[in-house]
Amino acid sequence: MESRKYVVSSSPHIRSGESTKRIMLDVVIALLPALIAGVWYFGLNALLITIVAVLSAVAAEAAMQSIMKRPITVNDLSAVVTGILVAFNVPPTAPLWMVSIGSIFAIAIVKQCFGGVGHNFINPALAARAMLLASWPQKMTAWITPGIDAITTTTPLALAKGTEVVGQPLPSIMDLFVGNVGGCIGETSAALLLLGGLYLMLRGVINYRVPASFIGTVGILAFLFSGLDMNMAVYHIFAGGLFLGAFFMATDYSSSPMTAKGQIIMGIGCGVITAVIRFYGGYPEGVSYSILLMNVATPLIDRYTMPKKFGEVKKSA
Amino acid sequence: MNIRTLTFKGGTHPPHSKKATEKLLVEKANSPRVIVIPMQQHIGAPCEPIVKVGDEVKLGQKIGEAKGFVSSPVHSSVSGKVVAIEARLYSGGGKVTCIVIESDMEDTLYEGIVPKGRLEQLSADHIKTIIKEAGIVGMGGAAFPTHVKLSPPPGKKVDTIVLNGAECEPYLTSDHRLMLEHPEKVVFGLQALMKSMGVSKGYIGIENNKPDAIEALFNAAKAAPEIEVVGLRTKYPQGAEKQLIYACTKRQVPSGGLPADVGVVVNNVGTAAVIADAIRTGMPLVERIVTITGKGVKTPKNLLVKIGTSFRDVIEQCGGLTDSIGKIISGGPMMGIAQFSLDVPVVKGTSGILILSEAEARLPEPSNCIRCGKCVDVCPINLMPINLSAYALQDKFEQAESHHALDCIECGSCSFVCPAKRPLVDSIRVAKREIMAKRRKSQLAQNK
Repeated sequence: MESRKYVVSSSPHIRSGESTKRIMLDVVIALLPALIAGVWYFGLNALLITIVAVLSAVAAEAAMQSIMKRPITVNDLSAVVTGILVAFNVPPTAPLWMVSIGSIFAIAIVKQCFGGVGHNFINPALAARAMLLASWPQKMTAWITPGIDAITTTTPLALAKGTEVVGQPLPSIMDLFVGNVGGCIGETSAALLLLGGLYLMLRGVINYRVPASFIGTVGILAFLFSGLDMNMAVYHIFAGGLFLGAFFMATDYSSSPMTAKGQIIMGIGCGVITAVIRFYGGYPEGVSYSILLMNVATPLIDRYTMPKKFGEVKKSA
Repeated sequence: MNIRTLTFKGGTHPPHSKKATEKLLVEKANSPRVIVIPMQQHIGAPCEPIVKVGDEVKLGQKIGEAKGFVSSPVHSSVSGKVVAIEARLYSGGGKVTCIVIESDMEDTLYEGIVPKGRLEQLSADHIKTIIKEAGIVGMGGAAFPTHVKLSPPPGKKVDTIVLNGAECEPYLTSDHRLMLEHPEKVVFGLQALMKSMGVSKGYIGIENNKPDAIEALFNAAKAAPEIEVVGLRTKYPQGAEKQLIYACTKRQVPSGGLPADVGVVVNNVGTAAVIADAIRTGMPLVERIVTITGKGVKTPKNLLVKIGTSFRDVIEQCGGLTDSIGKIISGGPMMGIAQFSLDVPVVKGTSGILILSEAEARLPEPSNCIRCGKCVDVCPINLMPINLSAYALQDKFEQAESHHALDCIECGSCSFVCPAKRPLVDSIRVAKREIMAKRRKSQLAQNK
């Protein structure tokens, strides 16, 4: 017993079971239902795109870390999450090389060049989406209808806006809710994204603040901007990438505020920008730009919403 | 039984890990052959030995005299002969002067140990003197001299005393067992404390994972309408002084202030019980309940241990250690102090001895902060541990100071929840030490 050495370290001596990997695994699990919906509606090509996006992201992470002589941390699954989100943000017709470029851009430039996990100042997958949209605008908007006899179509939001008339009626709200509409691979099924979002809340990975304030703001503004049309408010809530953005991208830890107040501001800010772009902007959809814009405001929001410290009260006798 | 359940904002939920000992009656530990009594078992000035090598001492006899007001005398926990007065290791870290006594195994009582009379007949000052002379300090772990708490600076009016029975540290059950087995002592001690300060409102706060203790104290305090037993939400750090005061009274101790600033004094339930003993039997603080637990010990127990007994002796009475030992902790797992030797004595503040297995003691590898904000959510002081830690790591101590690093109570909730396993509270401790060192320096410069 005398020769025995005991570990001496400063308290606390126990740690919670949480880990970065477990959090990322939860996000992957939460994204699976929406992935299944994507494959169900748009075919195996959607699955192939997702696999390519994930492999490119992981490979880019490992390559960048070995070039920069940093420890390789692909095991933490954060690159897998980014890869899935890149795939979720492209149309089901996207060529594989383009998806791969998107993933590599997201990881190599947006994430690793700024310091890796926790240091990206904007959401990597959304930055990739913006880059792809600017580089290959036709390929990024080549929508198809769900099902095996897929034909060229447009998104419900574009239809609602009336910018592209292809002689189709507005899809029903039920179709929007379950995802039976044209759009990006991962964004169409509001119902299954909601399921994933609720799972993340249950697991304590995200909280309600950003999603609730984001979706709520879009709903209220859509109601006001459409001339008090309740139907339009519901339509805008379920259409486009709002649920994907609100639950999975505006909640990205690195690029969204940490303070409770800041998270509400983030959600409202995203909601306002989304609604303004959708109703008055040049694009039919504004979720990704709204999140990117609020991402760059995050450090400022965090600074001005610091919580009031316990005991920050007037000294009383 | 109408019990309110109260709490504070923030905090975390470490596994309770109390099952091993919460149902076990407190056993009297064997009297050791040799005891080692440190002259410093409290916050404040160390004591000065008032016996010499070769002297015969008796059980309960004062052997170290308090030097200064913020100090507390120490007494012999056995009868026997002083064999050495020398620097020895102690559980707070480093070495302090200790009186080593070889027991004659007789436990002959010191003549001065007599009951102090009925509480109704004792004056407030008399009670304070009894508490001071009995060497009573905070039994929760910090060991701040109790009589100092009872003498707030002039101008501060204390109207409430809160007894801390939260025992929010995982593993520990010494306070729980005390409340179950001696609830009347706790209530008596609280009444004595209230009388000593002329206070008319007393709370006993207990986490609601101990409903039996809540019930025991509720029944024991039935005849005392001035005492309210309150349930506290089971959440760490519910027993932290400022959080406990807030939960019971909704008063916030101002930053940098003392509980007396909001009219409250907090004491541990264990402290109240030894005060009861000191008044009713005259016995000073010479023994305490210690929970010995964890995977590394064969038979976890709650033992009534004489102050000065070595950890080694105590652990032997619990069947000894298992084969895989990683860490020996004095106190609980959240705020306890890791020991590198078993040859340290149990002191007044030793609420538990926790022995973790090799696997449990393995230190996790920290990775990048992912900015999840969990540390911000759990901080009971509403600090932003992530920022404070970053400032500390970049030597930006002024910034750490302006972001209230000194308000950190070092509860460790942030390090506990961090998914990236970053040692947040460690770096905040570094910042606090640097800030204090700078303050002392500038104070010295001013005084010159």
